[in-house]
Amino acid sequence: MKHIIAVLLENEAGALSRVVGLFSARGYNIESLTVAPTEDPSLSRMTIQTAGSDEVIEQITKHLNRLIEVVKVVDLTEGAYTERELMMVKVRAVGKEREEMKRMSDIFRGRIIDVTEKSYTIELTGDQSKNDAFLSAIESGAILETVRTGASGIGRGERILRV
Amino acid sequence: MEISKAEAVSVSNSAASRSTTKSKPAASAPDTELRGAEVLIKALQAENVKFVWGYPGGAVLHIYDALFKQESIQHILVRHEQAAVHAADGYARATGDVGVALVTSGPGATNAVTGIATAYMDSIPMVIISGQVPTPAIGMDAFQECDTVGITRPVVKHNFLIKDARDLAETMKKAFHIARSGRPGPVVVDIPKDVSFKKVLFHGYPASIEMRSYNPVRKGHGGQIRKALQLLLTAKRPYIYTGGGVLLSNASNELRQLVDLLGYPVTHTLMGLGAYPASDRKFLGMLGMHGTLEANNTMQNCDVLLAVGARFDDRVIGNPKHFAQNERKIIHIDIDPSSISKRVRVDIPIVGDVKDVLTELIAMIKESAVKPDAGALAAWWDTIEGWRKRDCLKYDHGTNDVIKPQAVVETLWNMTKSDDVYITSDVGQHQMWAAQYYRFDEPRRWINSGGLGTMGVGIPYAMGIKLAKPESEVFCITGEGSVQMCIQELSTCLQYNTPIKIVSLNNRYLGMVRQWQEVEYEGRYSSSYMDALPNFVKLAEAYGHVGMLIERAQDVEPALREARKLKDRTVFMDFRTDPTENVFPMVRAGSGITEMLLSSEDL
Repeated sequence: MKHIIAVLLENEAGALSRVVGLFSARGYNIESLTVAPTEDPSLSRMTIQTAGSDEVIEQITKHLNRLIEVVKVVDLTEGAYTERELMMVKVRAVGKEREEMKRMSDIFRGRIIDVTEKSYTIELTGDQSKNDAFLSAIESGAILETVRTGASGIGRGERILRV
Repeated sequence: MEISKAEAVSVSNSAASRSTTKSKPAASAPDTELRGAEVLIKALQAENVKFVWGYPGGAVLHIYDALFKQESIQHILVRHEQAAVHAADGYARATGDVGVALVTSGPGATNAVTGIATAYMDSIPMVIISGQVPTPAIGMDAFQECDTVGITRPVVKHNFLIKDARDLAETMKKAFHIARSGRPGPVVVDIPKDVSFKKVLFHGYPASIEMRSYNPVRKGHGGQIRKALQLLLTAKRPYIYTGGGVLLSNASNELRQLVDLLGYPVTHTLMGLGAYPASDRKFLGMLGMHGTLEANNTMQNCDVLLAVGARFDDRVIGNPKHFAQNERKIIHIDIDPSSISKRVRVDIPIVGDVKDVLTELIAMIKESAVKPDAGALAAWWDTIEGWRKRDCLKYDHGTNDVIKPQAVVETLWNMTKSDDVYITSDVGQHQMWAAQYYRFDEPRRWINSGGLGTMGVGIPYAMGIKLAKPESEVFCITGEGSVQMCIQELSTCLQYNTPIKIVSLNNRYLGMVRQWQEVEYEGRYSSSYMDALPNFVKLAEAYGHVGMLIERAQDVEPALREARKLKDRTVFMDFRTDPTENVFPMVRAGSGITEMLLSSEDL
């Protein structure tokens, strides 16, 4: 089952590699991982998307907590949460495709952020299934390049993760 | 690529993070200007470090110069960095203090890795200081450069690369704090050469430190302990199973109180031997792959299991599916939450320091109106005694022409059981025989590599302990295979006058490998016979020690007696033992713990 785990950790050299090393050493999978400093520059916040049985997820959160630089760990999927991923897709846009791509982008509430005679670059934000849906909605041969940030997650309402 | 960019972000912000730990300065020391290496020495002195095992090299020359100029810390020059870490590790296991090793960059650090991993697997508190090439040279493939922090990351509790000499004192404080608190473990501190040379203002060594990201619990959850109490007191077939955590927490007395108060049977893992006296009837022997029949059968058939500072590893519970066939309630006390419900589902987890939790549990038992069910307990003991009657450690003593390895260990135990003795071992058959036939009555007397199973630890462990405990006798029970993996340390034993007694059970085979090949590979002895062994007597003499060759059973006791008389000499006893002997009982890989082979007739 899919889980999204949010981690607050010391913004120190090597902290990220400890997290990544933990996943590879213990055979856990990472589907996506995003990290950046928070409003407090001494802290980084990481969102890890992973999958596994309840036992595996329990071990993942325990082992994350065991890392010396990790301050807090929350499995967002245990409660209500919101997730967003940014995707940029460069698509072929020539002839009658051009109008069609524009329309598809509008339907998915995407924005065209770069234009050439032959291509569009479309920016989309949403949960991962929405971005997946966009990719399957357009003709696969038209996709020239995609880049996705991976999921970022935050708890809904009063669920707050901070030190 | 994405990852390394994010790393770059963290690096650029590292200065800001210094404020995230609070350290209390030592009582108003006047600021003085010191070199990084001198700050390091101040830190070691403040941590009460008496011995540092190490090996010099380019990147640590400033540190060695600072060591030269002081007297309170003794440096022991080993012959190989691996042994430096093992010796400091052995010292830590015997004393409970943090062991300290010092190695140079590159090969010094890579040679130390086996020792670090050994300590990590058994949760031994250590600080390993490694030299690093100067900061401007890092990443340039400089001479003797390696990414020590990267290489050691999976085998340390934590590690640090100190890029600024001003961070030295606080980082050392953190290193010692992390190494000894919570679930202990090795911490590597990598110090570039320019950092140890640079002069900085020294404001005194912090008296204490707080880290917002690291706050290990000590006290167990009261409600959980109360639940455990109910379960324990209403058990019909209770069992107490303990591991290295009891020794690490110095909770042997508490465990003894608990067992005696309840009258329940108790077993230990390989790492836990000595926590409860082996000579007491309530102790059923070691459990697991080479555990006793009674210890394993009790494990399988109990209805309430109290696991203390143990982690249900594969050598202990065998096939987890087989283990799960019998229903039982499990209470698990451990300081590391990630050890709980890792391999076996637990009903009542209690996260906390073993000593604290047991103390609380004992107090509750004393106050409780409910008492253990005497009738059920008596019936349970009857069942257990039935298993014990099988006398699974019985072995054929053979004729005088052949020395049985078990007999050597038993003889040693009989001769030394009331003396102040430490036993180290290497890894293999001799290790199992030592664990089975030497009955440890006291904690921290049995020193071996349980988790990683590192051959070669025996001699370095023994010399590390002998330095800390010069009045005690230290025996290293080993085999001719293991002993050659760190035999160069015989030289260190002479230089630092750490006389140890090496009991080598020489069967000309890598015995445990040979045993598995006999059991699992139809006797195809692939590369397990050691041809062209050295003459160990001459080898010992070449290193300046005493060598003895013992070939007949009747000579075992006199040889041990003679060796013990040579108090100030290291003695290498080369016992030629029965090459066909196997360790029994044995649980084959993939089998359940009660599916045991009891002798070669079961093969």
